[in-house]
Amino acid sequence: MAKKKSIKPSINFTTLWQYAPAPEANDHIKVEKEYGLFINNKFVTPKSKKYFATTNPATEQRLATVAEANQADVDDAVTSAKKAYDSVWSKMKPTERGKYIYRIARIMQERARELAVIESMDGGKPIRESRDIDVPLAAAHFFYYAGWADKLNYAMPGITANSIGVAGQIIPWNFPLLMAAWKIAPALAAGNTVVLKPAETTPLTALKLAEIIRDADLPPGVVNIVTGAGDTGAAIVNHPLTRKIAFTGSTDVGKIIQRSLAGTGKKITLELGGKAANIIFEDAAIDQAVEGIINGIFFNQGHVCCAGSRLFVQESVADKVIRKLKDRINTLIVGNPLDKNTDIGAINSKEQMIKINKYLKIGVNEGGEMYQSACSIPAKGYFIRPTLFTNVSQSSRIVQEEIFGPVLAIQTFRTVEEVIEKANNIPYGLSAGVWSDKGSKVFKMTAQLKAGVVWANTYNKFDPTSPFGGFKESGIGREGGLHGLMPYLKF
Amino acid sequence: MSEITSKRIAVAKTYKLFVDGKFPRTESGRYFKLADANGMVIANICQASRKDFRDAIVAARKAQPAWAGSTAYNKGQILYRIAEVMEGRREQFIDEFIIQGFDKKSAIEEVNNAIDLLIYFAGWSDKYQAVFSSVNPVATSHFNFSHPEPTGVVAAIICSAQPLVPLVHAVATAIVGGNSIVALIQEKYPLTAITFGEVLHSSDVPAGVVNLLTGFAKELASHMSSHMDVNAIIYQGDDKTQLHLIENNASLNVKRVAKYDSAYFLGDELRSPYPIVVLQELKTTWHPIGI
Repeated sequence: MAKKKSIKPSINFTTLWQYAPAPEANDHIKVEKEYGLFINNKFVTPKSKKYFATTNPATEQRLATVAEANQADVDDAVTSAKKAYDSVWSKMKPTERGKYIYRIARIMQERARELAVIESMDGGKPIRESRDIDVPLAAAHFFYYAGWADKLNYAMPGITANSIGVAGQIIPWNFPLLMAAWKIAPALAAGNTVVLKPAETTPLTALKLAEIIRDADLPPGVVNIVTGAGDTGAAIVNHPLTRKIAFTGSTDVGKIIQRSLAGTGKKITLELGGKAANIIFEDAAIDQAVEGIINGIFFNQGHVCCAGSRLFVQESVADKVIRKLKDRINTLIVGNPLDKNTDIGAINSKEQMIKINKYLKIGVNEGGEMYQSACSIPAKGYFIRPTLFTNVSQSSRIVQEEIFGPVLAIQTFRTVEEVIEKANNIPYGLSAGVWSDKGSKVFKMTAQLKAGVVWANTYNKFDPTSPFGGFKESGIGREGGLHGLMPYLKF
Repeated sequence: MSEITSKRIAVAKTYKLFVDGKFPRTESGRYFKLADANGMVIANICQASRKDFRDAIVAARKAQPAWAGSTAYNKGQILYRIAEVMEGRREQFIDEFIIQGFDKKSAIEEVNNAIDLLIYFAGWSDKYQAVFSSVNPVATSHFNFSHPEPTGVVAAIICSAQPLVPLVHAVATAIVGGNSIVALIQEKYPLTAITFGEVLHSSDVPAGVVNLLTGFAKELASHMSSHMDVNAIIYQGDDKTQLHLIENNASLNVKRVAKYDSAYFLGDELRSPYPIVVLQELKTTWHPIGI
């Protein structure tokens, strides 16, 4: 690719437009100093006797210590789930099962603000997102699937719905509470019991959810939440009594899990990585598209498996779009996740920040032209400025590999055929975006893109009724909607 | 004239692979002998190699997008056409069943079942999409719908418990949904499989959409399940060790695995659309509502 002249932003925002701080209060938040494992509706001391700290990535301060479940602890959790499945949950009238799940949804709504604040403190995401997206959607998931509990025979034509047994569920750190809801709600509605492991950097909202489940008076053992890292997850995956495994996380770990389940007959759902193409045609509403691109890559600091991390701009509008993007990222407020004005919060962990910075270096070394917003970032905590790369090629590592950070790789294209080829030429297939005002072109694109979720003239939208999941190496199975029940039913 | 000089000599047929719409021999030059019940050699059957499989995958990958792009009506007619052509060749299939050791009654039964199974799946071509799609009532101002799309290229290890029904099931469930397929037919019943290839060849199935290899699962299973340009693998059979190996290798590129034990092909559940669905990817599309 020929070196192009650098496109400069047209407005200087750095000295103007300062916002006064607007912090969300967190003095009403109750976080215990130490959390045990949630087994049989009780927080118990781990047999491992081990604990680890969870910190606020924006302040680097410890929030709590949580138990690290070893194999014996996982065995306790799975055994209690199995017992609850055999003796209570699988025998309960579906209507009653549904009412328990409705209770969870309602208590989550009642405690929504508390959950949102803890989510932002433990994970670093802006309060505006945890308050307006993560928590309401999580509650909505429980509300949606609660209603399925007594209607399962309508979900899969020709098949009488039967539950599977104990579901082992492992979730990531990018949407901690929402992912717990995506996992637990359909599992319970379908009549299964659950052992869930939250990510080690973001266990707190899952433990708050445990309190909610206890307060909803679910039968003991129906939901068990065990904290820990990879070994804890492996113990769940490999436990002989887990009959279904659902995992959301990296493609590398997903492959390991798929391999571990070979020959076991366990059902599997994998929601893995992505490297979505977000495609802007010259006939798109450009300003709306720019907002969509910004939301597509900078939502949740770019810690989104379906992030629109590869931008394809039609050549005729490339200069204009890139200039507007540079202008726009300079208006993004990076900083305190609890500030209601914050657009981009803290990177989830030091480890992740190191990884993203490594990719920035790789991008520059491979000849990419890096542009970062001129914003100031807090001295303490893990922060990265919103970043754009131009002058990258299809083979660049920052184009091929999932960075999971606020880094957008921009390429240009001329024809529909070219951009379809480029967009699909990647092992991932989770999501994609298309921006055009021409309906027939939009449908041509959405039909040709090999991705499980395609947003046309919008991006990063989620809903409990809408199935989500990937083609190719982005996973197996769907979560959400009617299709999200199938992985939790026997057939 | 003596008896031997007056008798008409039968024309023996060479059974070859079916790849990319042609009938090549294996590139490896290897063969295994197929004998009839009396020990008479019927044919030297191609023992397909890893390279034959690779070539077949290249053909399948090339053929898949156009096949997926053909209309559902067209796919349905082509599947129906396969059944029609098979019907016309019933006697040949029955003869080959008998050569492969079956009595006439069970031969007729399976050939009939195979043809009827094709008719069954032909009918699904323009229906499973509606049955397994949804319009999703999202809580924002968007139109949102989900529908199945083909997963891509499918590899299949065909069960050797029966000569025809498992093969027809794998081919039909893969291609009716717009996938292409490379199927390995094991050493026991290769004749009927290759004759099925000839049926496909004369049924307007585009070249490369169905590719049939004869050979040994023991030799090729590992390669088939670890090939990085295969999206899904069908395993038919009862060998748990082999299935374990296949599932293990499938994780290399997150292949979908569809598995059936040999009893499945004798059971009542054979007529089900779910084997089509496991070879499909659900796509959800969002668009804002507004002006």
